[in-house]
Amino acid sequence: MALKTESMILNMGPQHPSTHGVLRLELEIEGELILSVKPHIGYLHRCFEKHAEAMTYPQVIPYTDRLDYLAAMGNNFGYVVAAERLMGIQVPERVEYIRVIMAELQRIASHLVAIATNGADIGALTPFLYLFRDREYILTLFEMTCGARMLYNYMWIGGLSHDIHPDFVRKTKEFINHFRPTVVELNNLLTFNKIFIERTANIGVLPVDTAINIGASGPVLRGSGLAFDVRREDPYSIYDKLEFDIPVGQGMVGTVGDCWDRYYVRVLEMEQSLRIIEQLIDSIPDGDVQSAIPKRIKPPKGTVYGRVENPRGELGYFIISDGNLNPFRVKVRAPSFVNLELMGELCKGHLVADVIAILGSLDIVLGEIDR
Amino acid sequence: MGLLDKEFSDGNIVIARAEDLMNWARLSSIWQLGFGLACCAIEMMATSASHYDFDRFGVIPRNTPRQADAIIISGTVTLKMATRIKRLYEQMPDPKYIISMGSCANCGGPYWEHGYHVLKGIDRVIPVDVYVPGCPPRPEALLEGLLKLQDKIRNESIRKKIA
Amino acid sequence: MKNPEEIYELLKKEFNETIFGLDKDTPVENIISVDPMNIHKIGAFLKDNEELKFDSLMVLSGVDDANGTKVKDEDGTEVITGGTLSVYYHLHSTVLKHKITIKTSAPRENPEVESVYDVWRTSDWHEREAFDMFGIIFKNHPDLTRILMPYDWDAGYPLRKDYKNPEFYQGMKVPY
Ligand code: SF4
Repeated sequence: MALKTESMILNMGPQHPSTHGVLRLELEIEGELILSVKPHIGYLHRCFEKHAEAMTYPQVIPYTDRLDYLAAMGNNFGYVVAAERLMGIQVPERVEYIRVIMAELQRIASHLVAIATNGADIGALTPFLYLFRDREYILTLFEMTCGARMLYNYMWIGGLSHDIHPDFVRKTKEFINHFRPTVVELNNLLTFNKIFIERTANIGVLPVDTAINIGASGPVLRGSGLAFDVRREDPYSIYDKLEFDIPVGQGMVGTVGDCWDRYYVRVLEMEQSLRIIEQLIDSIPDGDVQSAIPKRIKPPKGTVYGRVENPRGELGYFIISDGNLNPFRVKVRAPSFVNLELMGELCKGHLVADVIAILGSLDIVLGEIDR
Repeated sequence: MGLLDKEFSDGNIVIARAEDLMNWARLSSIWQLGFGLACCAIEMMATSASHYDFDRFGVIPRNTPRQADAIIISGTVTLKMATRIKRLYEQMPDPKYIISMGSCANCGGPYWEHGYHVLKGIDRVIPVDVYVPGCPPRPEALLEGLLKLQDKIRNESIRKKIA
Repeated sequence: MKNPEEIYELLKKEFNETIFGLDKDTPVENIISVDPMNIHKIGAFLKDNEELKFDSLMVLSGVDDANGTKVKDEDGTEVITGGTLSVYYHLHSTVLKHKITIKTSAPRENPEVESVYDVWRTSDWHEREAFDMFGIIFKNHPDLTRILMPYDWDAGYPLRKDYKNPEFYQGMKVPY
């Protein structure tokens, strides 16, 4: 005689250690099997877009820091790129060099957190401690430059808030030498760890056409095997002069586009970032980092959509100017916002424990999802 | 007045007031509710990671409010979240302590003026023991906040809770 | 790779009077305005046409144009009547590498726009957000509910320019 079964609703979050903040997932489960997942967001809606309308253009920059707080440099970068395109400002070479170095350092720091929490969520706590040690190294570099550990307000429209510290170049090189072996260590510790592979390979497989249609970007899209990177596709700053590879998922231990692929793309990207920094660090041109900052920032009437490659994917700012000192409207295209939509798609048919692994591999930041 | 003032010379026996003993036990193992809200939560994570090592003060994250002694409000509290935080607070057993970390939890922080969906200070919903200023506070500042909380617990009395 | 004029010509040929015009005196990007009730058809054409192939919707944004008449209430708050709310679509083709911006406007009193949910899945949450923030109704969207604000929020649409914040929400004071 067959037993009659019913599906059950399980709430995960908003207070859950693995939801990376205040996300709530409504799981419909049958036993251990997931039937559907519905994310509920908005628990961190901090009204960024309203603030942007009430502030002048430079005053918006500190608020952009707080969108994706793991990659504040990248957020600044996206905003100033958009605003500069609207105003037609050319920034000096030195500024571009420093900006790219900072953005790449930030990418490493952000991926470190992503990897660390992904591991910690599914039970590997040791890499978390190792990787946060290395992240502190990068934070020290930032702190030396602009005095803040996490939220920098460093890139200004047309320039930078501070020049780099005289020791910066030496310390960055030290960091590169220190970090290369760390990646090897990480691979031994976590990447090719049997348990970790068991938990992530063949889990949450994302086919590439679904990824494009939903609009996924960043490591999530590249993990599915498409080499799409805004730095290549739509080059901004000096990325068109730099040499770097775009790592894509290859299904090394499972299927292309599974959690492990998304994870491994991040590891490889950190190495590429080191490569970019190495190309620039010795040849930073001389000059003044504030010479191109306009006295009064008042863009002409019009609209602009500027996008950059943030650690989590394509970060875009859509700015409408009505010719005043305040933006008329700023809309943020947050990569995690779009990537999180995949949750429902990816979890179907997996077990409850896999939800954590999938969520960790998407690497979301609630600050930019809810804005 | 340390606990070990009145140690007898042949060791092994310590005389202390029950109050001091209890306070000492309480303050040296503050288990915090493992739960982060916003940017400040990342600094909280950094505090419990390798460089700053929250663990040496006896602070470890517990994932359920029913086993937690303290809750660190680490970030912006929105209206949607405030009701949930209140419920978490009510689920915790007494004695319970609140550290409000960062300007957002203290008073709304950068969002105080135009934040139509931001609660301007967690103390409008639940009582706070220690406020840690900063945006975000450095890990050292959070540690200082914890030391302040320990001081507070050290001076507590069974008869009357110093609220 | 096509420039905005060519894209405009193509659209005009296919849909004629539902395409309103091409705004060219913008500093960076040119905008094609279209009819809100035909956006689904136009979107499908933009996505599937061999020469256009706009397979990725980068961002969908609601905007309050604030171009109606502004009147002061008796207690000093501004209320806007008339005018339009707009939706901007930024499209990109990952195959042909070109970009275009589409704009559509609906009257403020009855802001209805067709949903492009089944053309680009990206628009799912973006449309919900535009509904949440501006009250723009997307026809045929499968689940048009509030997304960022609480489900029981009844004080209006916060990003409209004449939005007024309530004094209390569930017993909590909202203003500073
Ligand atoms: S106080 Fe600052 S760092 Fe902390 S949550 Fe608020 S905005 Fe973020």
